[in-house]
Amino acid sequence: MNDLAAATERPAGAAAPDLAIARRRQHRRRQLTVQLLRVLTAIVWIGSWELTTRAGVVDKFFFGQPSGIAQRLQTWATEGTALGPLWQQVAATMEETVLGFLVGSVLGVVVGVLLGRNRLLADVFSPYIKAANSIPRVVLGALFAISLGLDLRSKVATAAVLVFFVVFFNAFQGVREVDRNLIANARILGADSRRLTTEIVIPSAMSWIIASLHISFGLALVGAVVGELFGATQGVGELIYNAEHNFDANGVFAGMLLLAVVALVAESLITALEGRLIKWRPNPVTDVTI
Amino acid sequence: MAHAIELRDVTKRFATPGGGVHTALRSLDLQVAAGEFAAVVGPTGCGKSTTLALIAGLEPASAGQVLVDGRQVDGVADGIGYVFQTDAVFPWKTVLENVAAGPRYHGAGGREARERARDWISRVGLAGFEDRYPHQLSGGMRKRVALAQSLINGPQILLMDEPFSALDVQTRTLMENELLALWASTSASVVFVTHDLEEAIALADRVFVLTAGPATVKGDYRIDLARPRNVSEIRFETRFAQLYREIWSDLRDEVLVSYERSRRGD
Repeated sequence: MNDLAAATERPAGAAAPDLAIARRRQHRRRQLTVQLLRVLTAIVWIGSWELTTRAGVVDKFFFGQPSGIAQRLQTWATEGTALGPLWQQVAATMEETVLGFLVGSVLGVVVGVLLGRNRLLADVFSPYIKAANSIPRVVLGALFAISLGLDLRSKVATAAVLVFFVVFFNAFQGVREVDRNLIANARILGADSRRLTTEIVIPSAMSWIIASLHISFGLALVGAVVGELFGATQGVGELIYNAEHNFDANGVFAGMLLLAVVALVAESLITALEGRLIKWRPNPVTDVTI
Repeated sequence: MAHAIELRDVTKRFATPGGGVHTALRSLDLQVAAGEFAAVVGPTGCGKSTTLALIAGLEPASAGQVLVDGRQVDGVADGIGYVFQTDAVFPWKTVLENVAAGPRYHGAGGREARERARDWISRVGLAGFEDRYPHQLSGGMRKRVALAQSLINGPQILLMDEPFSALDVQTRTLMENELLALWASTSASVVFVTHDLEEAIALADRVFVLTAGPATVKGDYRIDLARPRNVSEIRFETRFAQLYREIWSDLRDEVLVSYERSRRGD
């Protein structure tokens, strides 16, 4: 009866503690090297940019200058932007992104599961979905700007459309890939159709869905910013648009930097969410540290 | 008395992806009495699993009748347990949730389901592992979960599809003995599919030999070895060897046919 417990619970490497310590030390040393090289790369990259623009080899009017970008950010932070306080612009873009992401991913999961579970619906709608997927959907931002106005809604709609398709395709595929044996097992154990969906199909498709959330948050950000470019009164996209019109390369870069920070923070939040949602999985295959 | 399970002249055909028709079972007749432990042996891929799928109601028969307790099978019904060949426990549920699934699907409250699940978990020797996820368990432990999961519903019929084929030999013998002990405490009829003749004789009251696909029953043997049996020792008895020789002569030809076919690549 205890073939199980005895075999599993043996501390690995207990026989050779020296080896374990040596390996850990080696691992730490490598981590340190990687960190140092990363910092060095940044110094070389930003330093050479700064130096070449200062020396006039590269025209800072077109390509910006790191110190100028830092200065621009500082001015925005302390004195506010032309559109108002900086935090309001970031908050506006964040709001559009998060709302678009939520709307798009919820719709994507619902429609994906529905079509994945229902053959007839899938057959009827698949040509339309393929057609809709093949057009470059960012241009819908222009349509939404006309129909929904220049406020929040048009940006949320653009972001949601971008997110929807990615999440939808993943949810649909995830539902299709559910192990036949698991379905058969649940049916024999007495699960009805609703239980099959909620307890077998959706948890099983969850790995696929979560994987798509990583990509789709980035797309939501793209949607929000593109929506702002089509016309807005606030937001980081609008900041970038203004900077562009003033031939302010530093402003464009500063805006990009803000977006990058937002995207990285969101990415780490989604990774945390993933860890909570699929804690049953042996090795989460998230690839955030490239 | 009605048989617990009866297949009358059953044929099962599948449409192949290439547009052809594959006949898995042809004119198969098979009866299992109530409380009987029947083993079905046959060469790999001959249609043994299909037989179980028909009894379970997962697949309809193309022709013939499938009766459980004298009633025609039409769809998945209560009172049947199924242990799959590959892991079919739910990876996102803990051991406790996996075993409690059956009672919950039958409308039991959460607390009652968990209580019954705890009881079954300790019966299969997994007490203390209630909160583990399947990937944290060994193959043998996952089989125990699968056994508890299907037995908790109190099935009158237990279908087992090469349940222990993926286990190492020692674990396998252990599990076979435990299966016999668990089965003895129920009144369930068992259909145990395997390609291992030794396992079939050691466990069963009756062994059906199937032909290489399309499968039909070639031989039907009574195993008159005394119970309770110890699977690890019963193999040394003279009667065991006799039965083995007898059934193997029947099975061998089918295995050869199946082997020849797989070499030709059909």
